Amino acid sequence: MTMPGCMGGWRWGVAHTLMAIFLVVMALSFLSVIRLELVVNGLLIGLIMAVGAIGLSLVYGILKFANIAQGDFMTLGAYMCLFLLGTLFPRMNIQGTGLGPFTFGYPMLLALPLVMVVLATLAIGLDIGVYRRLRGRGVSTVVLAMTSLGVAIALRGAVQVLWGGETEQYPRLSRQFYQAPMDVRIPPDGIFIGLVTVTLVVALYLFLSRTRMGKAMRATSDNEELARVSGINTERVIWWTWAIGAALAATAGILLAVFQAQLLPIMGWRVLIPLFAAVILGGIGNPFGALVGALIIGVTSEVSTEWLSPSYKPAVAFLLMIATLLVRPTGIFGVKS
Amino acid sequence: MSLLAVQGIVAGYGQTEILHGVSIVVEPGEIVAIIGPNGSGKSTLMKSAVGLLRPTGGSVNFRGEDITGVAPENIVRKGLCYVPQSSNVFPSLSIHENLEMGAFVRTDDYRPRITEIYDLFPDLASRRKERASRLSGGQRQMVALARALMLNPVLLLLDEPSAGLAPMMVASVFEKIKGISSTGVAVLMVEQNAREALRLSARGYVLAAGHNRLEGPGRSLLSDPEVARLYLGG
Repeated sequence: MTMPGCMGGWRWGVAHTLMAIFLVVMALSFLSVIRLELVVNGLLIGLIMAVGAIGLSLVYGILKFANIAQGDFMTLGAYMCLFLLGTLFPRMNIQGTGLGPFTFGYPMLLALPLVMVVLATLAIGLDIGVYRRLRGRGVSTVVLAMTSLGVAIALRGAVQVLWGGETEQYPRLSRQFYQAPMDVRIPPDGIFIGLVTVTLVVALYLFLSRTRMGKAMRATSDNEELARVSGINTERVIWWTWAIGAALAATAGILLAVFQAQLLPIMGWRVLIPLFAAVILGGIGNPFGALVGALIIGVTSEVSTEWLSPSYKPAVAFLLMIATLLVRPTGIFGVKS
Repeated sequence: MSLLAVQGIVAGYGQTEILHGVSIVVEPGEIVAIIGPNGSGKSTLMKSAVGLLRPTGGSVNFRGEDITGVAPENIVRKGLCYVPQSSNVFPSLSIHENLEMGAFVRTDDYRPRITEIYDLFPDLASRRKERASRLSGGQRQMVALARALMLNPVLLLLDEPSAGLAPMMVASVFEKIKGISSTGVAVLMVEQNAREALRLSARGYVLAAGHNRLEGPGRSLLSDPEVARLYLGG
């Protein structure tokens, strides 16, 4: 996994790219070519996707297969949160909406971490029950990816059985958009989404670059055999990876449900493809490349709605990905192997 | 009691058996070289000893303890450290982080050991924050050795430490190995560079097609006409 350790080069790469994108966007909006409001929306969607995409990239880095169930982990996380906010918490007399400027109430602040932990545990359970057995038999990564497709469909089925196929909502209070300068309207929960996602990204960065387990994860991603002969218990590393990947998926799912103000059993599956585009665009196996990839895809597909029908958003994302790969086959921050 | 005793080891990959019963012994503090043509099973022997391959027959004893089939992450804790032939550093980690990974199983304060290692490898000290992928082949080999030394091993297994290095670097790698050995660490190495390796070693083994072929003191193997004809280029 290519990661910013203590080396400057990589980190500056990300910083410069983000800065360049920011300047271009600002220039365009000053020239009134695009509406800044679309950019803000794109950034919010991009941040949500980034959280899911980083999880995807981490799992790929360690386990070397594309976890197709990541989107449905998101869905499951969003619905678990619905269960807590709509069913369990009210029975325990924990309820409320309209915390501060937000649509949701304080129970969300309890539900989010709780769902992260539950989904992380579930992912470790899945590894013990399914993936570890397959690894033990030395199956190829294609088989693992197909297995994760099976897990994805099973999870979505479970959501449909438990909650039905109808659109659901978290308990919410309707709120006005914030009126920011330059005619920008920010959705009421935008600040919450920004805070949570940025906090998680920073926390993950610190984890991977400063802690013993974080460094062991990067080492395992680099070279599993060498990690083992260095004394690293790679099975433990794999559990951490699943746990973090699933906790990030849970967060992304819940934030997506908050942002769209609705839940659907297909919600995670729908963002899976853009999630992959973000990971590949940023350079596969590089979690912070996934962040940049997701932001680029979020902003571009949102801005494209100025001229194109919103149903073309995924097409825009993929055109962008293909164009980037033609110029840089390893993605923006990928390394040649 | 021998430090390491590999007895009648049978191992391979999948259906392909590569070692058909190889035995070697390493005594405390000595340098032992294993030479032999490509495909004779030298690397397979190393991997079986450190637990990366599960032998289908025979046994591996380290300091009197049977470690056959023990997982590699547990074998290193016993003081047996291994440097693979290629891909033996973590490329995206800095030099310093590579050393930290070498000390992964240590729960005590290993910073004094890192200082010692930097004294031993002064070239690494000045570049400690640099990513290992940016280093030259020789420097990588030094990082790989340094990583394996973090646990103060009793026995160091080196798979082709001089492979792919420029002649100048080969000399300095062998110099380092000699230095490491002089601190009491036993070294078992596999080498293509048979002449240099045997000159450095107390004893040597010659493998051929997964069997023991010859063994003896390094110098007598060097002067053995058969060894000379087969492996030392006449």
